[in-house]
Formats: sequence, C-alpha cells, structure tokens
Amino acid sequence: MIKDFVKGLWRENPVFVQVLGMCPTLAVTTKAVFGLSMGLATTFVVVASGVVISAIRKFVPEQVRIPMFTVVIATFVTVADYVLKANFYQISKALGPYIPLIVVNCVILGRAEAFASKNNVSRSFLDALGMGIGFTCALIILGGVREILGAGTIFGYRILWEGFTNWIIMILPAGAFITLGLLVGAFNMIDKKVKGQRCGN
Amino acid sequence: MRELIVILIAASITNNFVLTYFLGICPFIGVSNKIDSAIGLGIATTFVMTMAATVTWLIYYYILIPFNLVFLQYVAFIIVIASFVQFVEMFIRKVSPPLYKTLGIFLPLITTNCAILGLTLFMVLRNYTFPQAVVFGLGAGIGFTLALVIMAGIREELEFADIPEPLKGTGITLIVAGMLALAFMGFGGIISG
Repeated sequence: MIKDFVKGLWRENPVFVQVLGMCPTLAVTTKAVFGLSMGLATTFVVVASGVVISAIRKFVPEQVRIPMFTVVIATFVTVADYVLKANFYQISKALGPYIPLIVVNCVILGRAEAFASKNNVSRSFLDALGMGIGFTCALIILGGVREILGAGTIFGYRILWEGFTNWIIMILPAGAFITLGLLVGAFNMIDKKVKGQRCGN
Repeated sequence: MRELIVILIAASITNNFVLTYFLGICPFIGVSNKIDSAIGLGIATTFVMTMAATVTWLIYYYILIPFNLVFLQYVAFIIVIASFVQFVEMFIRKVSPPLYKTLGIFLPLITTNCAILGLTLFMVLRNYTFPQAVVFGLGAGIGFTLALVIMAGIREELEFADIPEPLKGTGITLIVAGMLALAFMGFGGIISG
C-alpha cells in the first residue's frame, strides 16, 4: 500500500522520470507560488478523478473508456477552475488558460489508464495522491529556481542581495526549457548515485 | 485581410505554440526522433487544429452561449477534439498503414495534445471572429509542425554527438528546445513593425 504512495514521489516522479504533464510544468513556473497552486489544483483533480474512475471501472465498457475518463476529468477541472476563480481570483487570473488545460495533462489520463482503471479505490487514491504530490514538488523546485535567478526572490521574499542582476532569461520560455533540462540531468545523476551505493553495499 | 495575415504569422512564428506557450510538448519530445514521422504528425495535428477551431467556434457561439451552457465549455470542447482525432486515426490507418505504425500511441494522444484544447481556449479568450478563428487554428498547426520538424532535424544529428550521460534523452532535448525558443524570440519584431 505504502509503495503505491511513495513511488510517485521519486522512482516514478511524473515530471523528472516519466516526463509527463510538461505544458503546465513549463508554462506556469515563473514563480514558486504559481507552481504550488498549479500543483495543488492538479493534485485535487488527479485524486478525485482517480477515485471516481476506480469506482466505476467495472461498469465502463472497454471501447468507450477513454472518452469516459476524459469527461470525468473535465468535470473535476471545471470544479477546480470555479473554486479558484471564486476564492483566489489573482492566481486564477495569472494562470489563465492553463487551469482548464489540466484536462489534457497527460499525468492524469496516464494514471487513470495505467492504474485507476485496474485497481481498487483505496490503492488508486494513494497512487494518485503520491503522483499529485510528486508533481507539486517538481513544480515548486522548478518555479523556485526560476524565481530565485530570474527575480532574486522566493515566494515573494527577497533572498539575493540588492545589487543582483536578474537573469531575465529565466522568466522567458527559453529559461524554462533549459532549467528543466538541467534539473532532469541532475535528477538522473543523483538517482544513479543512490542506486550505485545500494548495489555497492 | 491584413489582420488575418498578422494572426497567421503570430500563431505560427512569433507566438509559436510549442516554444512560447509550451503547448504540445509531449508529442514535441516524443515524436521528434525522425523527420518523416514529425511531418506526418504535424500534418495530422494541423488538420485537427483547423477543424477543431472551426467547429468549437460554431458550438460556442451558436449553442453554448444562447442556451447559457458556458460551464460545459471544457467538456464540450474535449469531446469535439476527441471525435476529430478518431476520424483522423481511421483516415490514416486506411491511407497510409506505415505512417499509422510509426506514429503509434501518439496518434490517439493528439486528443490530449494541449495545443489543441489550448487553441480553442485562446480563441474564446481573445474573442476571435469566425474567419479569425479558422486562420488562428491553421497558423497554430503550421507553427507546431515547424517546431516539430526543426527539432527532429536537430535530434537526428544529436544521435552522433557526445552528450554527458545524465543529460541523454530528455535532458538534452529540453535544452535544445530552450535554444530554439531563444532563436524564435528573434522573430518578435515582425508583428509590431
């Protein structure tokens, strides 16, 4: 049971290992706080749709399962979108069309197809929660790096010295691609070291 | 007419969907190994994009708004897109089985290509008129194909390059994409001028 939860955090991390859900990952992470809100919204959708899909998996005919999953996911995204609009208008405005675009985040459909449609409700819940949190962490890391180097702040607090020249490129699209590329490289390096140690012992 | 040309150029080059809005990254990274399959997928996506823009515009303005159903927007759009993808899939399987085989899983995945849903959302947000929406769809498709084919060309060469072990695969692809994004920024002056 615990394995279902933990694997999303590291071994099958949706961003660094599976390279899924790239669009929101790259687009909204100009600031750490946007990464956090996008991560939480996605976690809500992946958990809610995972539970529902797992609960209805026995009644859904094989041929129409993808459209069914998509409709379930789209419904929860609509809920998340309206909740954000009502309570956190500024953030919802800043994220713009990327909130509705959670519908086509491959992480969610991927979990529905690969896990929730084959396993019971409680395991699907844990699996989705792990994936959601792993996704959120990755977004915060990426958003954090870009915010520190691009604006000298993190979550809005200034942490670099006053005279620091902001690296404008980190806020631009090009910076997103390059940062994520290097982070994936770093992730692979750490992963290999950890594995190497385990084998050595 | 001038306005339509501006939208076409903006959607395909200066505001390229892949390189500035980060839409359609999954196929961009997944299918950009070979130029042939990149062209095939690009054309299929362009077709779906143009048709999706056309049909969702009609649905949004003639069904959803008059009947006060705007909250069904996402669900309705995704169903339209999914049906077009199904159609394209059947068409390609009939006309070109080898292409069908190379594209594999990425063909049905056009449905979850965020570029297409993103396109329809941007179209609504920007209040495009009907001809503008169609041209916008076409331009976005051309831009997607362009980015995909350039990337495939670079990656075919990259196979022979000496890349540090941890960066192989995804890492280097993302970094190259970053450089492409920088290059495309150079076109930024075209529109305002």
